[in-house]
Amino acid sequence: MHRKSLASRIAGAPYYLWAVIFIVVPLAVVVYYAFTDSGGSLTLSNIVELKNYGYTFLISIEYSVIATVITLVLAYPFAYIMSRRRASAQRIMMMLVMLPMWMNLLIRTYSWMNILEKNGIINNLLAAVGIEPLKLIGTPGAVIFGMVYNYLPYMILPIYTVMSKIDTSLLESAEDLGSNSMSKLRRVILPLSIPGVVSGITMVFVPSVSTFYISQKLGGGKVMLVGDVIERQIQSSYNYNLGASLSLVLMALILVSMAIMNRFAGENDEIIV
Amino acid sequence: MKKTLSGIFTAVIYIFLFAPLLVMVFFSFNESKSTSVFSGFSLRWYRELFASSDTVTALKNTLILALLSAFIATLIGTAAAVAISKMKRGAARSAVMTVTNIPMMNPDIVTGVSMMLLFVFVGRLIGSATSLSFATLLIAHITFNLPYVILNVLPKLRQTDRHLSEAAMDLGSTPLRAFFNVVLPQAYSGILSGFLMAFTLSLDDFVISYYTNGATFQTLPLKIFAMTKKTVKPDMYALSSVIFVTVLVLLVVSNLIGNNQEKKAVRKN
Repeated sequence: MHRKSLASRIAGAPYYLWAVIFIVVPLAVVVYYAFTDSGGSLTLSNIVELKNYGYTFLISIEYSVIATVITLVLAYPFAYIMSRRRASAQRIMMMLVMLPMWMNLLIRTYSWMNILEKNGIINNLLAAVGIEPLKLIGTPGAVIFGMVYNYLPYMILPIYTVMSKIDTSLLESAEDLGSNSMSKLRRVILPLSIPGVVSGITMVFVPSVSTFYISQKLGGGKVMLVGDVIERQIQSSYNYNLGASLSLVLMALILVSMAIMNRFAGENDEIIV
Repeated sequence: MKKTLSGIFTAVIYIFLFAPLLVMVFFSFNESKSTSVFSGFSLRWYRELFASSDTVTALKNTLILALLSAFIATLIGTAAAVAISKMKRGAARSAVMTVTNIPMMNPDIVTGVSMMLLFVFVGRLIGSATSLSFATLLIAHITFNLPYVILNVLPKLRQTDRHLSEAAMDLGSTPLRAFFNVVLPQAYSGILSGFLMAFTLSLDDFVISYYTNGATFQTLPLKIFAMTKKTVKPDMYALSSVIFVTVLVLLVVSNLIGNNQEKKAVRKN
């Protein structure tokens, strides 16, 4: 053991160096940009300007919370049904859940835009039977829909993972002791699946609250989320300083929500990612 | 009754998940330019797609970047996992693990922006006009791949029997040889899955690449983004369908292999 300790210390060195330069320092640079102006002198104006984006942050949180709740409501029974099937069926179902995940988010989202837009597929079909076109896109609902669609597998997978590990004999003994299916769900399955639910919520909420592509394509330019504002500041206004202060708040927001989630997870300190 | 209900529910979820993908494949065979009115079957867009050197270059770039970044991340990450597995529980170890978790916890947009700002900042310091290039893109990909490699390898190293490598050394192996002959083979499956995960994450990444790439090196997701800025022609759908079929075949094959191995394992028992 001791003979190896020097070699293993050297083995870690490249990564430690890498992590400091490319993980820790960039965060410090974000802080630096957030508190300086374009000339590099100290200022609080980027922080003061954040007050104009309060509404943006609010609706970003609102839409992603709604999307997270909807994915949970859809994914939970789905994962349960999946976990009660035969092993071979489970494998195929799992593969089919993962397949859309392997397609790029840009493609999937664009395809929905194509289905829902004013001259899109649904409205073309409706026109063929003589129904007035519906406004399906460019609304908050469409953006939430896009989030649910893109991140549903992220909710299904962790919940399914914990549910498939629940010992069937546990459920049988609950039945033997007189549990009906409702109390079996409430007393056995629900408590045991909490870690999966917690990591599912994190995995859906984080990308939803920071997205910019989904809102760009399905929000029709009318719905601006935090991600959109950051993207615009960095990629078209070249206001890196404001972009940095917005990113800082987004980061803080994620940290706070994760802390809350971990508190909910309670004693289950091992969270499955 | 319960069975029918759960069957219907499952079917609805799958239709929901696959609707946009089926629409995409369907309209990639459209004769006209439209992606919402089907006028007739044709392979026109597939022909145009493979005739355009742009797409082929982007595909090549994506693969080069993914292979290179996954390979480097696997090297650095495996070495790091070995070092971390030897660390005692304590402040140093939890500091390393916290930093390792940062790229996984942070939203992609924050990771991308923070790395871009670092590159721009350093670029300004050394006075270069264009600070973003293939190198910065590669660095960014290695950085977001590293945690996945480490977290795949670490549990495998914890499971390995420490006495085995000690036995090897007692029998005259040098520590290094004991490591390569005894420890590494046991962690092999973790290293492989770490590499594969890094590879696919890199293939699929758009957001971080969007902030850290230079003007000259375009990957497939970046090209798709550029294509969807304008009105999309079915050639993008043709491209996506090709990707879709490739992924489908890979998944089915790996599923069949997994099935076979399971059957063999059952028979052995």
